[in-house]
Amino acid sequence: MDETTLYRKRKRPAEAFLLSAVYGAASVSVMLLCGMIGYLFFRGAGAVSWRFLTTVTDVAKKTSGIAGNMINTLYIAALTLLAAIPLGVGAAVYLSEYAKPGKLVNLIVFTTETLAGIPSVLFGLFGMGFFGETLGLGYSLLTGALTLALMVLPLIVRNTQEALRAVPEGYRSGALGLGASRFYMIRTVLLPAAMPGILTGVLLSVGRIVGESAALLFTAGSDGHLPKPGGSAFGTIRSLGEKMLESGGTLAVELYLQVQNGRYETAFGIGCVLIAAAFGLNLLVKLAAVRLRNRA
Amino acid sequence: MKTETKHPHSGSVMADRRKKNAAEGIAQTVFAACAFFVILAVVSITLYLLAKGVPALLQVGPGKILLGTVWKPTAAEPQYGIFHVILTSLAGTALAVLLGVPVGILTAAFLAEIADRRLAAVVKPAVELLAGIPSVLYGLLGLTLLNPLIYRLELTLFRDSPDHRFTGGANLLSAALVLAVMILPTVISVSETAIRSVPPGIRAASLALGGSRVQTVFRAVLPAAKSGIATAIVLGVGRAVGEAAAIALVAGGCVNPPFPFRSVRFLATAIVSEMGYAAGRHRQMLFTIGLVLFSLLMAVNAALTKIRKAGTGEHG
Repeated sequence: MDETTLYRKRKRPAEAFLLSAVYGAASVSVMLLCGMIGYLFFRGAGAVSWRFLTTVTDVAKKTSGIAGNMINTLYIAALTLLAAIPLGVGAAVYLSEYAKPGKLVNLIVFTTETLAGIPSVLFGLFGMGFFGETLGLGYSLLTGALTLALMVLPLIVRNTQEALRAVPEGYRSGALGLGASRFYMIRTVLLPAAMPGILTGVLLSVGRIVGESAALLFTAGSDGHLPKPGGSAFGTIRSLGEKMLESGGTLAVELYLQVQNGRYETAFGIGCVLIAAAFGLNLLVKLAAVRLRNRA
Repeated sequence: MKTETKHPHSGSVMADRRKKNAAEGIAQTVFAACAFFVILAVVSITLYLLAKGVPALLQVGPGKILLGTVWKPTAAEPQYGIFHVILTSLAGTALAVLLGVPVGILTAAFLAEIADRRLAAVVKPAVELLAGIPSVLYGLLGLTLLNPLIYRLELTLFRDSPDHRFTGGANLLSAALVLAVMILPTVISVSETAIRSVPPGIRAASLALGGSRVQTVFRAVLPAAKSGIATAIVLGVGRAVGEAAAIALVAGGCVNPPFPFRSVRFLATAIVSEMGYAAGRHRQMLFTIGLVLFSLLMAVNAALTKIRKAGTGEHG
C-alpha cells in the first residue's frame, strides 16, 4: 500500500545526481574566479607600490616600474578608439537605418562576424605585415592601434546595432513626421538614445585592448619608456606625436614578456593592475546597462 | 538683403532643401563607406594571408608542410612539417571543449532555470568577471598554479616508466585545462541566452504533464535550446583554436604529437613564439601557419552560419 501512494515523494537518484552536477558546475565558475584572483593578489600585491606604478624600470637601480607601459596602454586605447568608433558606429547606422535588407546587408553582417572570429594572433600577423612593412609604420604605437582597431570593430558595430534596434520606432517616425531629415534624426534623436549601448561596445573594446598581447607583440613592440618631457605645451604635443611612431609595449605585453623571462613577481604585480582595470571596466559596463534600461 | 537679388533662391525654402539634400547624400555615402570598410578589412586580411602564405606553401610543397612531422626551420637543411602542430591544435581544442562545455552548459542551465535570484546574483557576476580577465593572466596563472599540480600528477603516473620525458607540467593537458577555463564564459553566456529564449509554453507543458523540474530542464528546455547551445560550443571552439598568448606560456612549446603529457605547440603559439627571430623562408612559413589557422577558423565560421540558419528555420 505504501508503495502506491501518491503522497510519498518518489526518489529519483538520477535526478539528484544531475541536480548536484548543475550546482557543482555553477560553483566551479565562482571558485575559479575567487581562487584565481585570490592567488593573483597573494602573489602580486607585494610588488605593487607607488614607485612600481609611477616609474619606469631602472636596471642600474634594480627597480621595476610600469609607468611607461601604462601610458602606452592608454595611448594605444585612445588611438584605437579614435579609429574604430567612427567606423563602427557609422557602419552600424548604415546597416540599421539606411540599408535595405538584401544580399549586401547579409554580406556586411557576414564579414562583421568573420572579423569577430579572427583570432588576435592573425590580426597581429596582418598588422605587422601590412601596417608595419607595406605602409612602413614599423613597430609603433600607431601600427598597434590600427591593428587593434580592426579587431574591436565588430564589437562596436554589434553593440551599436543592438542599441539602435532598441530605440522605439516611434522616435524615428516622430522625428521624421516633424520634418526632420534622416541624418538630422540620426544625429539628434537616434544616437543620443542609443548612447549607453554604444558606450557598452566602447567599454568592451577597451577591455579587449587592455588585455591584448598576441596582436601587439609584433605590431607595437615592447618599449617601456616614458614620452620625452616636452617643456612647453607645444613641445608636449610634439613629443606625444613622435611617440605615436615609436615602439611601445602595453601592460599585457609587458606581463607576457616578464613571464617569459621568469620574473614572476613583476608579472604578478602587472596582473593585479590589469585585474583592477578589468573590474573597473566591468563596473562601468554595468552602469551603462542600467542607464540603457532606465532610458528605454 | 543684397544676396537675394544675386542668388534668387538663397534663403528660400527651395535652396534650403537643396542644401539639406546634399548633406543627406553626403551622410549616407559616409555611413555606407564605413559599412564597406568592414568588407574591405576582411577581404584584405584574407588576400594578405594568401599572398604571404601560399608561395612558401607551394615552393616547399603542401604535402611536405601539412603532413611532414619534422619542424626544424633553422637547421642547415630546414624542414617545415607542421602535421603535429595541426594535430595539437585539433586535439587541444577538442579536449578543452570536452572539459569546458559540460560545465558551461550546466552552469547556464543553473543560471537560467534552477538558481533562485540570490544564487544567480553571485554566479552571474563571477562569470562576467571571468570573461573580462585578460588572456595573458590565464597564462600566468596556468604556469604558476596549474603546471606544478599537473607535474605532481605526472610524477606519480609515470613513476615506473623510465623512458618518459618529464614536462614539468607544461604539456597538452595543462593547455587544454587553461583553454577549457577560457572558453567557459563564452559558452555560459551564449547558452544562457539560448535557454532563456525557449518559449515558456515548453516548460509549462512539461510541468503540466507531470515532469519534475530536473526532467523539464534536461528533457524539454535544453533540447529546445539546442541550436543556441550548438552556437555556444562552436564559438568556444573558435576561441580555443585562436588563443595564443596564454597557451604559449603553459603548453611547453616543443613540436610533438599531441599526447596529454607531452610538451606541445599549437598553431597560434607557433606564430607568437617564433615571430621574434624568424627570417626569410622561416618567416614566410609562419604566415603559412597563419593561413592554416585562418582556414580552420573559416571552417568554424561556416559551421556557425549553418547552425544559425538551421536555428532560424526551426522557429520560422
